[in-house]
Amino acid sequence: MTGALRAAALPLLVFGLLAAAPFLGLGAGWAMTLLARAMILGIAALSLWLVVGGAGLVSLGQAAMLGIGAYAVVVLDAAGVTEALVVTPVAIGAAALFALATGAVAMRTGGVSFIMITLAFGQMAFFTASSLAIYGGDDGYTLYGRSTVAGARWMQDRLAFHYLCLGLLLGSFLLCRMLLASRFGRVLRAARENALRAQAVGFEPYPYRLVAYAIAGGIAGLAGFLLANATEFVAPSFLAWQRSGDLLFMVILGGLGSPFGAVLGALAIVLLEEWLGHLTQHWRLIFGPLLVLAVLFLRGGLVGLGRRHG
Amino acid sequence: MVEPILRLDGLRKRFGGLAVTDGVSLEVAPGEIHAVIGPNGAGKTTLIHQVSGTLRPDAGRVVFAGQDVTALPLARRARLGLARSFQITAVLPGFTALENAALAVQARSGSSFRFLRAAATEAALNREARAALDQVGLGPRAGMPAGALSHGERRQLELAIALAMRPRLLLLDEPLAGAGPEETERLVGLLRGLRGRYAILLVEHDMGAVFALADRISVLVYGRVIATGAPAAIRADPAVRAAYLGEEEAA
Amino acid sequence: MTAQLLLVQALNGLQFGVLLFLVAAGLTLVFGVMDFINLAHGVQYMLGAYLGASLAAATGSFWLGLLLALPAALACGLALEWLVFRHLYDRDHLAQVLATFGVILFLNEAVKVIWGSAPLQVPIPDALQGGIALMPGLVYPVYRVAILAAGLATAALLWLLVERTRAGALVRAGASNRPMLAAMGVDTGRLFMLVFGCGAMLAGFAGVMAAPILSVDPGMGDTVLILAFVVIVIGGIGSVRGAFVAALLVGVIETLGRSLLPDVMRLFLAPSPARQAGAALGSMLVYIAMALILAVRPRGLFPARAG
Ligand SMILES: Nc1ncnc2c1ncn2[C@@H]1O[C@H](COP(=O)(O)OP(=O)(O)O)[C@@H](O)[C@H]1O
Ligand SMILES: [Mg+2]
Repeated sequence: MTGALRAAALPLLVFGLLAAAPFLGLGAGWAMTLLARAMILGIAALSLWLVVGGAGLVSLGQAAMLGIGAYAVVVLDAAGVTEALVVTPVAIGAAALFALATGAVAMRTGGVSFIMITLAFGQMAFFTASSLAIYGGDDGYTLYGRSTVAGARWMQDRLAFHYLCLGLLLGSFLLCRMLLASRFGRVLRAARENALRAQAVGFEPYPYRLVAYAIAGGIAGLAGFLLANATEFVAPSFLAWQRSGDLLFMVILGGLGSPFGAVLGALAIVLLEEWLGHLTQHWRLIFGPLLVLAVLFLRGGLVGLGRRHG
Repeated sequence: MVEPILRLDGLRKRFGGLAVTDGVSLEVAPGEIHAVIGPNGAGKTTLIHQVSGTLRPDAGRVVFAGQDVTALPLARRARLGLARSFQITAVLPGFTALENAALAVQARSGSSFRFLRAAATEAALNREARAALDQVGLGPRAGMPAGALSHGERRQLELAIALAMRPRLLLLDEPLAGAGPEETERLVGLLRGLRGRYAILLVEHDMGAVFALADRISVLVYGRVIATGAPAAIRADPAVRAAYLGEEEAA
Repeated sequence: MTAQLLLVQALNGLQFGVLLFLVAAGLTLVFGVMDFINLAHGVQYMLGAYLGASLAAATGSFWLGLLLALPAALACGLALEWLVFRHLYDRDHLAQVLATFGVILFLNEAVKVIWGSAPLQVPIPDALQGGIALMPGLVYPVYRVAILAAGLATAALLWLLVERTRAGALVRAGASNRPMLAAMGVDTGRLFMLVFGCGAMLAGFAGVMAAPILSVDPGMGDTVLILAFVVIVIGGIGSVRGAFVAALLVGVIETLGRSLLPDVMRLFLAPSPARQAGAALGSMLVYIAMALILAVRPRGLFPARAG
C-alpha cells in the first residue's frame, strides 16, 4: 500500500462506518442521538485541533465558541428566526468574532498565559450566559423545534440529521486538512516548530495564528449550531470550562499529529463517557484517572498507536 | 563612494553591568564580504542579533539599504532582504529540506493568506527552493526531513534557506561551526561562489576561511571594533596581533 | 446609605481578594519556579474547606478543625505531587493541563461521593460572632474582619519568607531564571516539594476560612481557580507582589461589579432590563479589566521573568 492510501485508510473506514451505522443496527433513537452527539463534538474537537495541533497554541476556552454558536440559535429563536440559512452564518460569525477579539488579547501575551486567558474568557462567556434571564439564565432555554432549511423541516428527520452531521464533520475534517497544507498552514506549522525561524524568513506568527484561532472559532460555532439543534435545548453548561477540558482530551487522545485524531478522540470519548455513565453515576471517578493515565502513558495518541502497530 | 548596503552607527548594548556592544560602527558595501572576528565572548553573536532584529540596541542605529531599521522587528527586516543564519542551527526539523527552503521563497512570493491550494504543489515555489538547495549541494537530499540530516547538511540547509530569501545582505554567524574538515572545505568553496553576488557580514572563528574569503575584516574585542581593514592590513596590525592573533599563535 | 453600602461591599471585595491571594500565591510560585500549570490547585482550596468543615464538626471546635485541616491539606497536596504531578514536570504544558484536569474530575466527584452534592453549612466560631460598628449605623461582621486580618498577616509572612530567607531567594531566582537554579547545584526536587507544599497549605487555609461565609460545594474550587489565573496573569506570572496587588484588585472589581452594577444600571435603564444588563456586565467586569490591563501591559503589572 502506498503511504497516501495507508494514511487515508483509517479515515475512510471510520467515515464509512458512520455512514453505514443507521443500517448496522444503530438506527434506534438512543443510538442515533449518541452518534449525532459524537459527530458534533467531533467537529468541535477538530476546531480545537486547528488551534492546538495546527497553530501549536493550547487553548482551554474552546467551549465558549461552541456555546456562542448554540446561543446564536437561542437568540434568533427568541426573535422568531429559525431559518438555518440565516442562523448558521450568524452562529459561525458570532463565534469567529468572539475568537478574534479574545484571541487578539490572549495571543499578545504569548506562551503560557494563552492557556489561562482563554480559560478566563471562556468563563466570562459562561457567566454571561448564566446571567441572561431572558434566555433562561442558569436553567437554559428550550427550543420550539429544530431549525428549518429553506422553510422545510427536514432536520427533524433523524436520518437526515445524521447525514447532515456526518457531512459537516467530513467537511470540517477536509477543511482542516486543506488549511494545514496551504501556504497559510505552512506558515502556521513553521511557527509552531520554531517561531524564531519563521520570523527570520519574514513571517510574524501573530496574524496567522490569530486567523487560525478565528477560523477555529467559526468551526466551533457551527458545532454549537448543530448541538443546539440536536438537543433542542441550550444551557450555560454548553460553555462550561470542563467541556473545554473534555475537547482538549479528545484532541490529545486521538493524537495531535493529524486532524483525524480529533475525530477519533471525540468518538472514543463520547462512547466511553456513555459506557461509564451506564456503569455508575460517579463515572468521573474512573474517567479522571483514565485521563491522567492516558496523558502519562499514551503519548502519540490513538492514531499514533495504530501507526506503531500497523 | 558607493552607498553601503548596511551601516551600523554607534551601536551599544549592555547586559547588566557588561557592555557587550560598545559603540560599534561599521559598513558593508554591496557585494562585499565583511568579516567580523574576535575572541569568544567578544560580542559577535550579540552584534548579529542587533543587526537582524532579534535584539534591540540600547543606543545607535542600524541603517539597511538607506532605511533606518533600528525599530523594526526580525520579520520585517527579513522581508526587506536581511537574511541570517543561526550559530546554533535552527532549521524546521519536521519539514523536508525542500519545504524549509520553499517557506523562505514563499515569504517573498505574494500573500501567504492563501488557504485553498496545497503549498507543496506550487511549482514556482518548489523550483526556486530546489535551486537554492542545488546551490549549496543539497539537491539530492531535498525530500529528507531536516531533522534526519547530518549536522553539516543542516548547516548547508541554513545557508540554502538564507539564499532562498534572495537577500540583499547575508548575516552568517559561524557558518562553519562544528563542521568537519571536508565539510568546511565544501562550505568555504560555496561561500567563495557567493562572493561578489551577495553582500555578506560574516562572523567566523576559522581564521583560514576568514582570510581566504573576506574583502575586509573588522576585529571586535570586548564589544569594540579595534581595527577594520583589508586582510593583509589586519594581519599586520600590531594592536590586532597583540589582542587577538597573538593569542592564537601562543595557543 | 449608598456610601455605607459601597464601603461594606468594598470591604467584602478586599476580603475576597485576600482569599484569592492565598490561592493565587501558591499557583504563581508553582508556576514561576517549576514552570508547571496546576489546574488542580483550586481543588486544594476545596479540600481545605471540606476537611475544615468535617474536622470542625467532628471535634466540635472550629479552631481544632482549622488546626487539623492544615496538615491534612498539606498531606493531600504532597500525595498528589508524589502520585501525579512530579511525573509531569518535564512534560509540556498541554500534558500538565490535561493530567491536572483529570485530577480535578476525580476529586470533584470524590467529594460528591463522600460529602454529597448539597452545600455544607459551617457555623462561624463563637469567638468571632457578632459585628463591629465601623461607623454609626454600620455594623460589619467580626468574622469577615478576621479573615481580612489573617489573610494580610499570611501575606506579610509569605513576603518575609520569599524576600528574606535563603529558600525564598532560591524561589525568586527560579521564578526569574530557571536554568540558573540547576546551574547553582540546587536540589530542585526538594525545592519543588517545599514550594508545592506551601502552595497547597495556603490554598487549604483559604478554603477553611472561606467555609463559614461562602458556599462549600463540589464546584467551589473551579471558580476560584479561574479567578486565581486571572490574578496571576494580571499580576505578572511568577510575581508574589503582583499576585497580591492583582488579587485585591480582582476581589474588589468582582464584588463591586456583581453587587453594584445592577443598581448603577438603574440610573440609565428601566428596573428589569437594568437588572439583566447589570448582572451580565457585572459578571464580565473582571475579564474586561483583565483584557484592558493586558492590552497595555501584555506581561502583567509586575513581570517577574527577565527577557
Ligand atoms: N542574553 C544575555 N544576557 C546576559 N549576558 C549575555 C547574553 N547574551 C550574551 N551575553 C554575554 O555577552 C558576551 C558576548 O556574547 P556573544 O555575543 O555570544 O559573544 P561571541 O558570539 O563573540 O562569542 C558574553 O560574555 C555573554 O556571556
Ligand atoms: Mg557567538
